Amino acid sequence: MSSSKKIRVLVAKPGLDGHDRGAKVVARALRDAGMEVIYTGLRQTPEMIVEAAIQEDVDVIGMSILSGAHMALFPKVMELLKAEDADDILVVGGGIIPEDDITELKKCGINEIFGPGTPLEDIVKYIRENVNA
Amino acid sequence: MSEDKLIEGVLSGKRRALARLISLIEDEDSSVSRILAKLYRHTGKAHIIGVTGPPGSGKSTLVTRLTTELRSRGLTIGIICVDPSSPFTGGALLGDRIRMQEHALDKEVFVRSMGTRGHLGGLARSTSDAVRAVDAAGKDIVLVETVGAGQSEVEVVEIAHTVLVTDVPGSGDDIQAIKAGIMEIADIFVVNKADLPGADKKVTEINAMLDIAPTSDKWRPPVMKTNGRTGEGISELVDEIQEHMAYLKSSGVLEHKGLQRSKDELEQIMEYKLTRELMTKLQGTPEFDQAIKRIARRDVDPYTIAERLITKFLASCRE
Repeated sequence: MSSSKKIRVLVAKPGLDGHDRGAKVVARALRDAGMEVIYTGLRQTPEMIVEAAIQEDVDVIGMSILSGAHMALFPKVMELLKAEDADDILVVGGGIIPEDDITELKKCGINEIFGPGTPLEDIVKYIRENVNA
Repeated sequence: MSEDKLIEGVLSGKRRALARLISLIEDEDSSVSRILAKLYRHTGKAHIIGVTGPPGSGKSTLVTRLTTELRSRGLTIGIICVDPSSPFTGGALLGDRIRMQEHALDKEVFVRSMGTRGHLGGLARSTSDAVRAVDAAGKDIVLVETVGAGQSEVEVVEIAHTVLVTDVPGSGDDIQAIKAGIMEIADIFVVNKADLPGADKKVTEINAMLDIAPTSDKWRPPVMKTNGRTGEGISELVDEIQEHMAYLKSSGVLEHKGLQRSKDELEQIMEYKLTRELMTKLQGTPEFDQAIKRIARRDVDPYTIAERLITKFLASCRE
């Protein structure tokens, strides 16, 4: 692979949740870290997220959810990624997600969850270190 | 994915293979010219439509509307949308998909976002190869949406058969309309957001500009009014787009442009390869480094040295 390989990240807001400030702040931070961020906007279904991730050939999917539906939507995304043979994509989440749920989500393949107050540099660093180069 | 599998995947229209190939093209991977060489004879079938115009003039929404209409006419679609990369960090926020949700799950619509990665002209350097990849994957239509264009982002004219230039009511006066640059590349003008006041005035201004344009071209760009929000005018616009392709074919312009493009492309590839060949031979050699220092000291001039190095390179090729 040549040295000009850029990290591509899909930032998505799954489900019925209009709180997109966090997602936008993270998208901006990743952009400023030199990554290409594809921002899909609000109200994405898991199917739409996985389809976009495939077409855009992203290295990372970042999902933000504050509605409480994460236990339904995140695992569904993982299931669809597996079905598409695309589970090599790094998947991270953020938003309001209780501790207990984090353990469960990691079991189903979500690589990391970043809660409120996470320094942006931590997210950038995590992605840089864990993306499949 | 192996190269052969990738090629096979692209040709059978597999979207993962196509997506991966576009990434390789963007990253200038060394395998790309081999892969494109094998795909080349499968290309040249798609109608490539460029959509350009100022930021916020409704390009993405228009592309979505066009896609809906073209799909209803039974055509398959590839969309390449270009957004700017940061000149400081190289990062980019690619947001054109936001307006394209309607087709998110239609398997016959492939959408890909590209950052310009430092390239000027309204496209990314790799856009033309990405379009070729989509063409090889068998899409009937490829829509290419440029970055929000100012006056001189006109590169899309080199890859598109039909160029739509979008504008909105109330932007600039009639002198803006006769300036060189983007106003010259339109095959069809689209006055979008036509529900806003001033739409008819805009149409008149563009038509007046076309009236005084000295042209030998038989195609006079029509000026269409659309409303991206409601979809008004879109069906008529698609009629005009198809009309334009029919004109290109019947007038022989398509064939002529095809020859011109092939010539330009061959020249570009040769120039690139030749320069790379020459530079890998020269770079880091004591002779080259010495020459640079002497030029900087004004002992010699760069014109003479360039001449000498090239002559020497050509002589070494003859051996």
